[in-house]
Amino acid sequence: MVKTISKASRQLIQRLWRKWHDISLPLVAIIICLPLIVVVASFFIGLGGEEQRATLSHLFQNVIGEYVWHSLILLVGVGLMVMLMGVTAAWLTTACEFPGVRWLRWALLLPLAMPAYITAYTYSGMLSFEGPVQNALRALTGWGLGDYTFPEIRSLTGAVLVMGFVLFPYVYLVTRAAFIEQSRAAIEAGRTLGLGPWQSFYRIALPMARPAIATGVTLALMETLADYGTVHFYGVTTFTTGIFRTWYGMGDQVGALQLASLLLSAVVVLMLVERISRKQSRYHHAGRNNQATRPMKLQGVKAFLAFSACFLPVLFGFLLPALQLLSWSADRLDVWGDAAFWGLVRNSLVLAALAAFITVTIALWLCYGKRVASKRRQTKRTRITQASVSFASLGYAIPGVVIAVGVMVPLSWLDNRIIGFSESVFGLNPGLIFSGTIVALLFAYTVRFLSISIQTVESGLTQISHAMDESGRILGLKSREVLTRIHFPLLRTSLITAGILVFVDVLKELPATLVLRPFNFNTLAVRAYEMAGDERLADAGPAAIMIVLAGLIPVILLSRAMNRRQHLHNEEGRIVEPKPSDLRFGEPSPGKIYEPL
Amino acid sequence: MSQLKLSNVEVGFGRQTIVDGVSFYLGEGEIGCLLGPSGCGKTTLLRAIAGFEPVTSGRIELNKQLVSSPGQHIPPEKRGIGMVFQDFALFPHLTVFENVAFGIRNQSAEEQRQRVNLLLSHVGLAGYGPRYPHQLSGGQQQRIALARALAPKPKLLLMDEPFSSLDAELRESLAAEVRNLLKEEGITALLVTHDQQEAFAMADRAGVMYHGRLLQWDTPYGLYHRPAHHLVADFIGVGVLLHGSVTEELKVQTALGLLHGDEVVRGTEGEAVDVLIRPDDIVIDDTAERRAKIVARGFRGAHFLYTAELADGSHLLCMAPSHHQYDIGQEVGLRLNLDHLVLFPSGFCDT
Repeated sequence: MVKTISKASRQLIQRLWRKWHDISLPLVAIIICLPLIVVVASFFIGLGGEEQRATLSHLFQNVIGEYVWHSLILLVGVGLMVMLMGVTAAWLTTACEFPGVRWLRWALLLPLAMPAYITAYTYSGMLSFEGPVQNALRALTGWGLGDYTFPEIRSLTGAVLVMGFVLFPYVYLVTRAAFIEQSRAAIEAGRTLGLGPWQSFYRIALPMARPAIATGVTLALMETLADYGTVHFYGVTTFTTGIFRTWYGMGDQVGALQLASLLLSAVVVLMLVERISRKQSRYHHAGRNNQATRPMKLQGVKAFLAFSACFLPVLFGFLLPALQLLSWSADRLDVWGDAAFWGLVRNSLVLAALAAFITVTIALWLCYGKRVASKRRQTKRTRITQASVSFASLGYAIPGVVIAVGVMVPLSWLDNRIIGFSESVFGLNPGLIFSGTIVALLFAYTVRFLSISIQTVESGLTQISHAMDESGRILGLKSREVLTRIHFPLLRTSLITAGILVFVDVLKELPATLVLRPFNFNTLAVRAYEMAGDERLADAGPAAIMIVLAGLIPVILLSRAMNRRQHLHNEEGRIVEPKPSDLRFGEPSPGKIYEPL
Repeated sequence: MSQLKLSNVEVGFGRQTIVDGVSFYLGEGEIGCLLGPSGCGKTTLLRAIAGFEPVTSGRIELNKQLVSSPGQHIPPEKRGIGMVFQDFALFPHLTVFENVAFGIRNQSAEEQRQRVNLLLSHVGLAGYGPRYPHQLSGGQQQRIALARALAPKPKLLLMDEPFSSLDAELRESLAAEVRNLLKEEGITALLVTHDQQEAFAMADRAGVMYHGRLLQWDTPYGLYHRPAHHLVADFIGVGVLLHGSVTEELKVQTALGLLHGDEVVRGTEGEAVDVLIRPDDIVIDDTAERRAKIVARGFRGAHFLYTAELADGSHLLCMAPSHHQYDIGQEVGLRLNLDHLVLFPSGFCDT
């Protein structure tokens, strides 16, 4: 009797567990998508009310034109810059050999460590009237104030230049991976059909890398659309600054939501253009025989030009701003002993660590759900599971401001309900439990960065075939032991990588943090940004340096992963067998949208 | 149409020598084949002929013109050589038509159209022009790669393991088709393969490479029946080597008895030699005097391949139709069907 009851209850638990798995995945996806749903819905609901229609028409008449125009100039300018610099550097470092190429291969990733808003403010300092450049100019020429005109960096052109130099590594990284993976035979087939070495680049390597270039440029442009710090600091009005102004300056939530939905549609257009531009080439097959071609040895003027084309982006994108930051930090050594400063560091680290833990945990849950589902036959439930994972990964494309607005609205609604309920029942005001605490921040970070974790964990998990599980079982492991003795050791690097990537991204994140941080709660990014905004450039130095140092970690990870790939092609141009561990760090692959940093 | 001549070609990477002193000649309209296990240098040699690898010594002449030597290197695009790659290397961003027309892009649109359509119908894929490579099967891709290489009317066609990624059935029929096409157009061609059946089906002349050296350059028949080196005998077909010594009458004394073929035995009297015995040199005949014991048996469909042990313990391979079954341990008689003897210096014998 007792036996049957315990057996029945065990079956019940098992059934509930299975059901829970089926339900929890879509549930997680819906919660992650909630801010998105709010923003999209607000646009349509907003059209219903008289007042909202008035807001929208006001927006359209007065500001939208300017936002669209500025955003377009930014997109075109940054797009051209990153394409030119990224593709040139990728090709030169893959197909040619010239002095310095070895360290330039990884140095070209360094600008990724610099958040655009930090680069923006270092240039503003360097090129200001009292800055080193104008000082030197005056010392050389003997000019004084008003004797000359100097181009103003804090302008739309300045914003294009700064973002171009910061974001080109996206194109470089993805395109270089594509060039390396291209079949040597395709280039050689071109040579036997009468193409010279440079022609074979234009006619074969470049068109074949087109999907990857499109992906890299799209990533850079999504960052451009999402940027708030740079454009605000340089006084360029775009959608992101507009959302801030409408939300804080005018206290107009509906207007902010509607601007957010317009920004969102711009992102969607961008993604569609990318999808279309890939067309047939999505089926592009690299071929098995992807040995490296003998690199062309460049000498003399050619070598110098190639070196310059690769070195200047590093100089302007990383070395100069980093030197400026170092010099400011050296000026303000007192800050390093300041307790308030270390409070900021603690805040940032705690937030980043929590967000990393949460996203990796959710990513693990989702990826395992998908893996279990993929073992079954294609049923409706499997498709729902897979769709859930895709929906939960949408956040990478959504600008932080949009997410912040989308998180704030439902959470403050929830808080008001809780306060109302609590006051009527207990007569107590519990305060803003969700929208006024770091819960809101963590929620936003999870929405924005979950896709990074999912991609990394998934790429780790795909290396563990079902056959591996089965051979483990045949060799006598229990299903729990399969997890601990096979999966965990194999996944460990992926999990750590996923955690580090999210950790660093959270440290750098600015717009969502600005909107959602609790009262009197500051982070390194916020401090660096606020100090710079108050023209206390040197004071911003130490916080900025900390962020850049953290940003270097994923750059090192990426360059190591890239190195290993390069090593598949050793000096003699002969093939060396790749090891599965070469693909461990969910590297970006061409034709697949991925946000590495 | 033209000839290809290699004299003492050496190719190396750094200190490593990959191709070591290879010489051969391929006449007009002939199809040549380089055979060998993987890593023997045959693909590197092919790439040196195409101009992708410089030679460290020796000469490569195409149509009596020097194209590669340590002092002179004509780049691949100036050689007028066509090449079919192992993974076909079709350009994924171009249609089939654009792929085939790629090498003749300087001709007028009308000339291109005619040439491409002619070639597509030659390879049996007329009407496939607008498709993309990824929409084709492996065999179709292979034929498009061939059409693309042939479009500029190359002086020489090189093929690197052209059929290796196709399944066995397709491989055989396609090899015959390609040979007919090349012969029709009178094209000089050189292919590289590790599959001897492919070489036998395609080639007029073939060579076996080992560790960068070309061991023998001969007709396929010659490689099988008159191997010049025990490694050639080992690579081409199956067989065993038997100890023997040359007798006064220039015959060879072995465990099988006194052997003599139609052709005169090379070697001097009393010399110790190894004799190559192919399974088709031996017939199981119960009435024969030579006795042997069956020790192993492998079913090959149409026939059995038996391993027979002679009185002195040495082993032989022999074939028998599959309706003639012998049990392991059974004693049988062996009749010899040798028309010539293949001898190697002693020392490589397996038994």
